[in-house]
Amino acid sequence: MEEENEVKLHGMWVSTYSKRVELALRVKGIPYEYIEEDLSNKSPLLLQYNPVHKKVPVLVHNGKPLAESGIILEYIDETWNYAPLLLPEDPYQRAQIRFWANFIDHQMFEAVAKVLTTDGEAQKTAIEEAYENMEAIEKGMEQLFPDGARKIDGQNLGLLDIMVSAVLGTQRANEQVQGVKIVDPERFPLMFSWVEQLNELPVVKGVFPPHAKVVAFLQFIRKNALKPSSS
Amino acid sequence: MEDKVILLDLWSSSFAMRVKIALAEKGIEYDCKAENLFDKSPLLLEMNPTHKRVPVLIHNGKPICESLVIVEYIDEVWHDKSPLLSSDPYQRSEARFWADYVDKKIFGIGKRVWSSKGEDQEAAKKELIEYLKTMEEELGEKHFFGGDTIGFVDVALVPITSWFYTFETYGNFSIEAECPKIIAWAKRCLGKESVAKSLPHPHNIYAYALGLKKKFGSA
Repeated sequence: MEEENEVKLHGMWVSTYSKRVELALRVKGIPYEYIEEDLSNKSPLLLQYNPVHKKVPVLVHNGKPLAESGIILEYIDETWNYAPLLLPEDPYQRAQIRFWANFIDHQMFEAVAKVLTTDGEAQKTAIEEAYENMEAIEKGMEQLFPDGARKIDGQNLGLLDIMVSAVLGTQRANEQVQGVKIVDPERFPLMFSWVEQLNELPVVKGVFPPHAKVVAFLQFIRKNALKPSSS
Repeated sequence: MEDKVILLDLWSSSFAMRVKIALAEKGIEYDCKAENLFDKSPLLLEMNPTHKRVPVLIHNGKPICESLVIVEYIDEVWHDKSPLLSSDPYQRSEARFWADYVDKKIFGIGKRVWSSKGEDQEAAKKELIEYLKTMEEELGEKHFFGGDTIGFVDVALVPITSWFYTFETYGNFSIEAECPKIIAWAKRCLGKESVAKSLPHPHNIYAYALGLKKKFGSA
């Protein structure tokens, strides 16, 4: 019996949080209506759906809103609980994946953002932190995937693939703007291979904005962050 | 096969208290190992090499880290007793949303409330009250965030209430005056054995905080 399944996504074209949800919806083959939000002029609907954080993404399923990308991803997996499953069924493996998803989402993302928005000594410190985080992830992934570099295919993306894609997928653009290569292929071969493979997938290419647009956006962020006076 | 469960713990950690409540709710026997954060055990460093912090649950030799990840794990493995999350995906998401809010906002601000001074402290106090009022709205007329019994959000939030006396004393304010519903809810939670035996007495937390201030010099 098919229930009516109306899915809407309020997002922003360059928000990695928004892109995560789009990737999950596409991988699962879930049809959805996309609504682009202007974050400098948020729609009344967005404010109604996410009064607490007032942010994108917001998923609206049959009229019921959900916020926070990680939580939305688990909801998608539990509601459309057919392959590809974003999380495995074994509770221990689920716990490991949730741990690393959180780490990539919070610590790695913040580290990447700091490298982008600082220069001089502050950036040197930020780069060190980013490398430390990358080492932790590389080691963690070696344990999680003991058979070595993963073979990624578009049919079997999981939660970690989505997180890695969202947080580290734009590394070439980041490097172009800030001059630093965070996903160093020599130091972090597993992660480098993973990111490269993800970026080749048609489903990922279809969701993320083109390189030139990302570069322009990151340049804008960096320029604003490094302005001498903050308003 | 008998389950071997170990918890790497710190009695004053609100994060560790969450795990203790969940274990108690499920009636799980476990070995509680107290950690000294100024002299971390080799076991802690081995089991949580990424963050080197408590709580860590070790189930049949395999470690799980991060308090809310641990609580979900406990709920999934010991799923036939006292479920903490609903089986309905939307309700589960709502519970996860509020637990995440507690983590991001309330647990984040606590330290500033008791350890900062002047304008910084005033701002932290204001924020804490604002966040607690948001939780009061979410609680509404329910007995617990989980409904008639304690659930995921109750487990996530209640440990920080053991720190309220410390916040109030250092911050010179009354949380009950501003957020009576939260205090009433906390009292209801303490009526549950799983919570009562997992939370330390607030005066002990105050003594602990005092000790930390002396050790690091009041700044």
